Amino acid sequence: MSETTGRDLPGEHGQPEQAAGDAAQQADGPVAPHRVIGTPSPAEARVMLPERDQPPARELPADPDDPVVAKKAERVVAVCFVLSMLAGLGFIAAYVIFQVHTISGTRNSNLALGTTMGLAFLFLGIGATIWVRRIMPQVEMTEERKPLASLTEDRAEFAETFREGADASQFAKRPLLRRTLIAATVPVAVAPIILLRDLSPLPGTSLDHTVWRKGMRLIVYGTNRPITAAEFSSPGGMITVAPEGFQDDFDAMAKAAVIIIKFRPGQLFFGPHVRPGGPTREGTVVPNWTVDNIVAYSKICTHVGCPAALYEQTTHHILCPCHQSTFDATRGAEVIFGPATRALPQLPITTDAQGNLVAQGDFNQPVGPSFWERS
Amino acid sequence: MSVEHGLEGVGRTLDDRLRAAKSVRHLLRKIFPDHWTFLLGEIALYSFIILLLTGTFLTLFFQPSMTEVVYHGSYIHLDGVKMSEAYASTLNISFDVRGGLLMRQIHHWAADLFVAAILAHMLRIFFTGAYRKPREANWLIGLGLFTLALLEGLFGYSLPDDLLSGAGLRITEGVLQSLPIVGTYLAFFLFGGPYPGNDIIPRMYILHVLVIPALLLALITGHLFLMFHQKHTQMPGKGRTDQNVVGAPLYPYFMAKTGAFFFFTFAAVSLASAFAQINPIWLYGPYNPVAISAGSQPDFYMGFLEGSLRIMPAWQTTIWGHTIAWNVFVPGLLPLGLIMTGAAIWPFLERWITGDKREHHVNDRPRNAATRTAIGMAAVSFYGVLWLEGANDVLADHFDVPLYTITWIARFAVILVPWAAYYVTKRICLGLQRKDAHLLEHGIETGIIRQLPNGEFIEETRPVPEEARAVLEYRPEYPALPAGSDAENVPAPRMRGAVGKLRERMYHVVTESVPLPEGNGHGNGHAAIEGNGHDEHPATVGAGASAALPAGDEPPAGGRAETDDQDDQAGL
Repeated sequence: MSETTGRDLPGEHGQPEQAAGDAAQQADGPVAPHRVIGTPSPAEARVMLPERDQPPARELPADPDDPVVAKKAERVVAVCFVLSMLAGLGFIAAYVIFQVHTISGTRNSNLALGTTMGLAFLFLGIGATIWVRRIMPQVEMTEERKPLASLTEDRAEFAETFREGADASQFAKRPLLRRTLIAATVPVAVAPIILLRDLSPLPGTSLDHTVWRKGMRLIVYGTNRPITAAEFSSPGGMITVAPEGFQDDFDAMAKAAVIIIKFRPGQLFFGPHVRPGGPTREGTVVPNWTVDNIVAYSKICTHVGCPAALYEQTTHHILCPCHQSTFDATRGAEVIFGPATRALPQLPITTDAQGNLVAQGDFNQPVGPSFWERS
Repeated sequence: MSVEHGLEGVGRTLDDRLRAAKSVRHLLRKIFPDHWTFLLGEIALYSFIILLLTGTFLTLFFQPSMTEVVYHGSYIHLDGVKMSEAYASTLNISFDVRGGLLMRQIHHWAADLFVAAILAHMLRIFFTGAYRKPREANWLIGLGLFTLALLEGLFGYSLPDDLLSGAGLRITEGVLQSLPIVGTYLAFFLFGGPYPGNDIIPRMYILHVLVIPALLLALITGHLFLMFHQKHTQMPGKGRTDQNVVGAPLYPYFMAKTGAFFFFTFAAVSLASAFAQINPIWLYGPYNPVAISAGSQPDFYMGFLEGSLRIMPAWQTTIWGHTIAWNVFVPGLLPLGLIMTGAAIWPFLERWITGDKREHHVNDRPRNAATRTAIGMAAVSFYGVLWLEGANDVLADHFDVPLYTITWIARFAVILVPWAAYYVTKRICLGLQRKDAHLLEHGIETGIIRQLPNGEFIEETRPVPEEARAVLEYRPEYPALPAGSDAENVPAPRMRGAVGKLRERMYHVVTESVPLPEGNGHGNGHAAIEGNGHDEHPATVGAGASAALPAGDEPPAGGRAETDDQDDQAGL
């Protein structure tokens, strides 16, 4: 298939073609032995041996280029392998000695196991590399590379074979068979896709609503207690709240999480948008659904749904840490920077008989990221 | 002697049944060329093996379940906290299984190394032109592997169900949902209903441990088989042509070297995992759709997608009662689509432009294909700007620059920097070509100035050694355009019309290079030596604007099968 020819690296001369010639010459034996005067040297004597007793020419030398270097390297490699073995034994020892179940124990175990394992592999690698580079004789060989295309006659033969097979199968000649076979495979191919239908219920209008209902109390996320407007009286504060009864329901909370922020009187802006060139659609109106300067916004970012959880008191900016969409809490949470296109929806709130903050109803628009069906 | 005897026995037994002696003998003598950049793909391969080994270990303990449990394990700071079984079992692997944390960390480090090595390997292939005929298919397989690796990584680091990866999953859901027409359905079908549901962890688990690894394994097998069958490319050098492979045989040299390299890769990730903590999920806490932490960053290979989401202006259209969220699905699809489509098309585009239908087995030095290298660097800088923008909050924090300023800079940079990178890279490449031409023509400077009897000073130079000459003189040769497509002659039929004109213009751009000194092109000119570096004619290195078009009558060294050329003609 492919012919390999060898030549030694140290002799940096010689074209590969010459090297091939040399190798061939060696293989064929000496062409014209010199006339020998006196006692032949051992090397020449070997050359003069009859052809059949000659061992075949080696392509790879059996001995290292420099025996002294190789001897030294051998010791180094052996030391590396011994160290690797010790590290490997150390790994087993570390497994037995270092117990986990505590934070510091885990740290020590990880350190010991990782170091011994790393060193075991490192010394194996170093040893093997020195072995190749210093002990094995250095060779550079040339292998011929034939064009990848087949020969013309081989191609023709293949084409003929293929055609014969096609003819024998009658596939081309009998369109009825061909077409019915294709017709039979189509449903079989589609069936697996059909099988995936029950991966999920259809979205329907589920993205349009949250669990917020009229009169549902806002409870502080974490302590799970309702909150009155009087309790939340320090301006600048921001609290995450949940609809009562749903604080542990991730599916509900992924849409229904709300932040409430308390402002000083006069800080909040309501009415039609006036900011020129602002990203929020023109004609939109910031509704006043607040209680006692407490405003409630959806916590789910309108970009891709991360919790917009960072609130900067001095600028009244709500920032989503994922992609830095920034909303102005004083102006209906309209977008002032970043990739989000819509303001955070405002939850209409009021107070119940006990003074607790409650929802007036669901959001008036879908919360969270945009989707195709959203109008 | 007895070992040899035993081996002979085994060999005979096997060969009696397989008749493999001849083919295996060829295999053992298969030649592997050497260059340090050829190791990049090997790093990727060995990382993958490490991932399979450590991943198997992790599956023995991991529970891919979103069932809620209350944690009472060894990590006391989370005692009594409600969490999913997936998160709890990841804590158990970390704190209650000996070597579990190490395996987790090795798995994560190896995953990062896997993607990094694939990226570096791809860049090597691109910049050296190793994707050219006959290796286009392997290039495409490589692109598939890269895409799968990204997906595999995303699913993998989302499995522990911690707060950080949960944010990534939420973003994934948001991007899916933004796709026009099908988005909502895709998101629902992946998550089994509204986000987050209870299905996503087990579904990602089976994709992560079975489906994607099986695809990766199949593609890697094909990738390696093609590499083996077509034989590896080699870097230019003395005696290296498109008709040979120069290197060391598989057995014992390549085997030993590559084995050593596997050990080095394993050692590197082991030591990294011993000393450098990665993905400490116990610090992030269990996932909760209401919570998030500032400075959330994905694994590095997702950074460019994160950056493209951050950079995008807030564009959205509402039409006929539907929302088109340009601000989400464009950055979600465009950068990866642009890079992958561009990479997939480029080999064929380049082939069409240059008309170069020959097999290539000797790689180009990146400087010698200035336009290709420039395009590659433009893509790298595009990716790089997005990647940096993905950490804009971290950059703002560390360098005390306003966050929005960074995003605004990135918005311009993502368009301007690739152009600048293209231009600068091209000038650098042409400059390096000029330097090479200068070296070949004048030889190496010695720093010795000699005064001639007539008072003239000359600088002494040393001829370039033969080995180095072979490298310097290797230049890609492009077939000439179909005859007569210059100003004086009537263009060939193929070169007429808008497409032909476009091809001609692109040909001049793609083949632009600094010509080698005359008569020196093929390794036997020794003007520099004879002239002692004192050449009468300065190298005709123009500004590079006039493209060097090596004459088409120069056949590629060596003969090629006739069938091949005919086929190419037909293929065109």
